[in-house]
Amino acid sequence: MPADTTTPAATPGQDRRPLARRLLRWETALVALLVVVGLVGEQASPGFLTGTNLFYLGLDVGEIALLSLPLTMIIIAGEIDLSIASILGLTSALLGWLWNAGWALELIFPTVLVAGALAGALNGFLVTRLGLPSLAVTIGTLAMYRGLAFVILGDEAVADFPASYTRYGTTPIPGTSIPYPIALFAVLAVVFGVVLHATPFGRSVFAIGANQEAAFFSGIRVRRTKFILFVLSGAMAGLGGIVFTLRFASARADNGAGLELAVVAAVLLGGVSIFGGKGTLGGVVAAVFLLGGVRSALILNDVSNDILNVVTGLLLIASVIAPNASAAIGRAVGRRRAAPATPT
Amino acid sequence: MSTTVQGQVEAGAAGRSGSRLVEVAFRVRELGILAALALVVIVTTAVNPRFLSVQSIRDLLLNASIIGLLTVGQTLVVVTRNVDLSVGSVLGLTAFMTGTLFVGRPGLPVVVALLAGILVGVVCGAVNGAVTAVGKVPSLVVTLGTLYVFRGIDYAWAGGRQINAADLPDSLLTLGSGRILGVPYLVAITVVLVAVAAYALRSYRSGRELYAIGSNPDAAVLAGIPVGRRLFAAFVLSGAVAGLAGVLFTARYGTVDATAGTGFELQVISAVVVGGVAIFGGSGSVVGAALGALLLSTIGSAIVVLRVPSFWQQAIVGALLIGAIALDRLLALRIAAALRQRSVRNAG
Repeated sequence: MPADTTTPAATPGQDRRPLARRLLRWETALVALLVVVGLVGEQASPGFLTGTNLFYLGLDVGEIALLSLPLTMIIIAGEIDLSIASILGLTSALLGWLWNAGWALELIFPTVLVAGALAGALNGFLVTRLGLPSLAVTIGTLAMYRGLAFVILGDEAVADFPASYTRYGTTPIPGTSIPYPIALFAVLAVVFGVVLHATPFGRSVFAIGANQEAAFFSGIRVRRTKFILFVLSGAMAGLGGIVFTLRFASARADNGAGLELAVVAAVLLGGVSIFGGKGTLGGVVAAVFLLGGVRSALILNDVSNDILNVVTGLLLIASVIAPNASAAIGRAVGRRRAAPATPT
Repeated sequence: MSTTVQGQVEAGAAGRSGSRLVEVAFRVRELGILAALALVVIVTTAVNPRFLSVQSIRDLLLNASIIGLLTVGQTLVVVTRNVDLSVGSVLGLTAFMTGTLFVGRPGLPVVVALLAGILVGVVCGAVNGAVTAVGKVPSLVVTLGTLYVFRGIDYAWAGGRQINAADLPDSLLTLGSGRILGVPYLVAITVVLVAVAAYALRSYRSGRELYAIGSNPDAAVLAGIPVGRRLFAAFVLSGAVAGLAGVLFTARYGTVDATAGTGFELQVISAVVVGGVAIFGGSGSVVGAALGALLLSTIGSAIVVLRVPSFWQQAIVGALLIGAIALDRLLALRIAAALRQRSVRNAG
């Protein structure tokens, strides 16, 4: 299911590389790993690849998947947003509070999305207008938004949402085993993928991440682009808050606490450079499902979920070492080849 | 960002008078934290005079000591334009290890536990340092990875087990609750380490080199600074401090499970940033960072005393953090402008 969206949109220039080198891409390795996890998972515990299990797998990664989309763009632009999980919690708390106040859910959902966008806009303002480092800003708003969530809802849980809505978070689309959040994610992933890899806006995101000053001097509106990305990230976190609340049928202030690091891990594992300027949305999508697949396989085999932490961490470190190592190997091979033959 | 770099370049050009100006600014920055601290204490004491009793001050310092200790190691790393996100996991690992050690052998000298904790911390830090320095990969990613790995090892080892104060010998618990000359051991250890690190960063060549690396990594290489070795050392020290903090955590709280220290990394980084250490390296002091930790934990206690719903604490801390970095930014711009004027005057 994720395979459809994992074909990385090749940037011009890469096409000229030899096929072997192109296959050595990190994204290809991720897809291969994904297949391996699927096969090994099925081997170890038949039923891994059944619709029911894949449904729960999809449900499990839903929020991480949604949040990874805007974060991919932000990291490619050379910034970071650590406040997404707190915005998720804040919007979830707001959702519960408004529901208690007697609002209709049809009205609450857009309100909550706007609230998320506003939270993102504050991040964007602090980063682009005051020129503060996004790492520090979003560590601050991580604490602040989570704090506001507790201010709004305290430690109570709002759980009396009508089943006509919570079913979107707990049941598959009728006739399939696709969870609603994943269907939503698939649509959004295509949209984000097209915007990032095939529009001037997306190209400018890459340009900003590669060299902010050069981008500025070539007429790209650096600050506005970054501001838009942070607003987008906040709105998506608001959407994540809705999905999370419906999935557990419970609005709580501590919803999604700590999720930010999982999302960052997924994005970086997907081959996006923390320094910006490099990465593909396809790689991130593959990484999200790879992590979800590994977790699901471990749970089915009664391996403690804790090992997943170790696997996540090691994969993450591998994802940054691998490009460097393969570049070093490439240089070594190149030197050996260049030595006997005349250099071209 | 470009203005601060420019400011640093010009700081070099302006020479001694410029560096004195920067030093004054640093001191102003630390005074600012002290002023904020004084404000919190005065307001709270006005409401409840017992807030300033000896016992209460002791508790305030004690509450800040473990995060304060961690800020020492974190500052060493952050001034080099790196970050160590794994400290909470290292702390959790050595905290549980300490508990397990004593449950097996109640007669074990506490010194052995301290050394074992530091040793494990050193190993963890060496992993971070080696991957970062040798692999030349961003520390944010590496330590985010080891945050998961170390925590995963902790979980796998501890399972669902919990170690309680009743299982631990008095010798260890005394370390957490005892005092020397009226000062709790934990506070004394933190103060000593802060003092040592502050002196080393200020007056030792290797300490100054950490700042140089953070100001401009490429220039540091060209200046002949062994960048890789210094980074490695900074991570090892950060790990060692986190390892030590883990032992002290067990001594202080007595109850340890696999979740000990979860989320500490963000608290520590908040304290460091509130304390005036630039997140992109090159400036800040250990004393400021430790004061930042004290300020944040004092605010936490003050909120309880003032009967503000405890839910407000996080929101206030977050707002404070943003205020602090905005202030730093303003200060940096002012200094850069002042230095530019001065260098123009010197040139003319």
